[in-house]
Amino acid sequence: MIGADAIIKCLEEEGVKYVFGYPGVAICPFYNSILQSEIQTILIRTEQNAAHAASGMARLTGRPGVCAVTSGPGATNVITGIATAFADSIPLVCITGQVHTDLLGSDSFQEADITGAVESFVKYSYLVKNVADIPRIFREAFHIANTGRRGPVLIDIPINIQNAPISKFQYPAEVNMRTYKPTVKGHAVQIKKVIRELERAKRPIICVGGGVLLSEARDDLREFVEKYRIPVVSTMMGISVMPTEHPLYFGMVGNHGKACANRAMNESDLLIMAGARVADRAVSQPDLITRDKVLVHIDVDPAEIGKNAGPTIPLVGDVKHIFQDFAREEFNCEHEEWLQTLEEYRRTLVVMRSPNPAYVDPAAFITRLSEKMDPDGVYVADVGQNQIWSCSYHIVKEGRFLTSGGMGTMGYSIPAAMGAKLADKRRQVIAVCGDGSFQMSMMELATMRQYDIPVKIIVLKNGYLGMVREYQHYTYKDHYSVVDLSGSPMLDKIAAAYDMRYQLLENMGRVEEVLDTFLGDDKSVLLECLVDPMDLVK
Amino acid sequence: MQKRVFQLLVDNTSGVLSRISGLFSRRGYNIESITAGVTVDPRFTRVTIVTCGDDEILEQIEKQVGKLIDVRNIKELRPEESVYRELALIKVKADPQQRQSIIAVADIFRAKIIDVSKDSLIIELTGNQAKIEAFMNLLDGYEILESARTGIAGLGRGMENVIHLESDMEEQSHFPS
Repeated sequence: MIGADAIIKCLEEEGVKYVFGYPGVAICPFYNSILQSEIQTILIRTEQNAAHAASGMARLTGRPGVCAVTSGPGATNVITGIATAFADSIPLVCITGQVHTDLLGSDSFQEADITGAVESFVKYSYLVKNVADIPRIFREAFHIANTGRRGPVLIDIPINIQNAPISKFQYPAEVNMRTYKPTVKGHAVQIKKVIRELERAKRPIICVGGGVLLSEARDDLREFVEKYRIPVVSTMMGISVMPTEHPLYFGMVGNHGKACANRAMNESDLLIMAGARVADRAVSQPDLITRDKVLVHIDVDPAEIGKNAGPTIPLVGDVKHIFQDFAREEFNCEHEEWLQTLEEYRRTLVVMRSPNPAYVDPAAFITRLSEKMDPDGVYVADVGQNQIWSCSYHIVKEGRFLTSGGMGTMGYSIPAAMGAKLADKRRQVIAVCGDGSFQMSMMELATMRQYDIPVKIIVLKNGYLGMVREYQHYTYKDHYSVVDLSGSPMLDKIAAAYDMRYQLLENMGRVEEVLDTFLGDDKSVLLECLVDPMDLVK
Repeated sequence: MQKRVFQLLVDNTSGVLSRISGLFSRRGYNIESITAGVTVDPRFTRVTIVTCGDDEILEQIEKQVGKLIDVRNIKELRPEESVYRELALIKVKADPQQRQSIIAVADIFRAKIIDVSKDSLIIELTGNQAKIEAFMNLLDGYEILESARTGIAGLGRGMENVIHLESDMEEQSHFPS
């Protein structure tokens, strides 16, 4: 047995089903050994997308997604994908090949100091210098990635270590790390304090973030808020914690959020942030929101608490554990009047759009699409105007909503959707992107074709980098610079080139018929929707 | 802005110092000095960092550093409960006439002359930062040719807060109070 065989055994021990990647000489021992395994390899078309695909898979399975790329440019290409996962706390284990240990530090061919380069985007990284360390390092890496605040871990393995003989393989049953023990269980005194505030509050609200989904606390949270009738808003990463049309849910907060959600948060007297960072896009003036209310901040990462807003009650721990602890407390709270006020806001604070009938109205289209989607369908939004429209108009039932929230990485949707589809082939998975973001990951149509991954793709085409154009519209008075996408390819021909079905929706006239065909079977389809180039999200 | 001294106990792994200093630079925290050396148990390294910032920054520094996987423990070394020492090497220009008076000043500070050449002396001085600064000020009348300072190393006084290297980690979880 050699190091590469040991790596594969580690992945098998961790229950890994898929590895996304791109080979090169420095990772070839790994890709040779994996042929003996049942783990399926997916040859992605650029390394960044290997991390995105692994991210999509991780978000559906709750297990770290795995990618494996070669040294040098393979490793540097994957950094954006790793940074994207890091910003959204998605667990990944990313394996990079490395040059021979004797050549390390000598600027040899395809050598890059990847552990150094990626340091600020990983939860942890390893450079394996001894083949005997492989089982321990992999055991630790999967543990670190998927406990505490989730995140990517990178393992850099020189080619001679992959080829070195390993005398005996024993996968550690337990992780024994002296320095890493995340706090999972909430402090009992703090929990009691929160309950007391909930009893006292007249206008409580819970703002849920991605942490609720990462800790798989969705059901616990829903049960709790339904029992005590506590209203809920969410950050972008918290979309799909609550069904959009749930009577207690008032939408996404933030500068692209719903007016009623922001108003609800501002007027509350008790705000519980659960698994959310109080990040700048969700809360633009964190010092203001704490001024006239009790702020409870629940986060598994103690460093997030107090980073952006000083909470009245900090509560470190895993959201799931904490809501299970909340559920064990019995208390009374009464805020029907507050709910009625919020209901009133929901009814009255609505954005009136005046869509151009010559084009597809993204708002109406996305609403209609989500109504017709399978209840447990997975909607993957890309970045740009399409993302904001998706956040605003997608109606979540029991499905998931995936997007790159923290980093805002264009091109995320197609590879992430592929990962999600492979994670659960029975589920409908739809990637919605703009014509800019589509072209950033267009090469992955080949991967979809090669491995028969029937993701459905919608391109909201407006011929512009719409989000930047909108910014230039407001900030530079329509002085457009480098946002014109007029060289874009004809998507019908692109679809034909990759053997995909293609549909075109020019305006809302045929929306029912087109969507029925689009969603009608489990084949990949490319649906191009022509959107008014001048349409705005605000 | 206030100065604070943190003591870290970290795993003695390759790259651990770059992980710590990288965190300071990318988050824009100040490092006034950083010293590191292996402990009695070679698996661990003791790091002393002198930093400054307002309360919120200092709290973030403690949390962000504490979050690094290799960092086993971070604690503040409060001046009243700790001892700090720094070592300075100072090369002073000294002709034979000046020598005696420089040596006299050095004696008062219990500094040692560790090298003498025809035109210069090297003085070794250990103490807290205030002492070293006071000494350097006294040498103002002479010409300091070069100096090298180690930055401070520190330890808490007494038996309290001693981390037993083999003990379990329970006492270290980040419970907020």
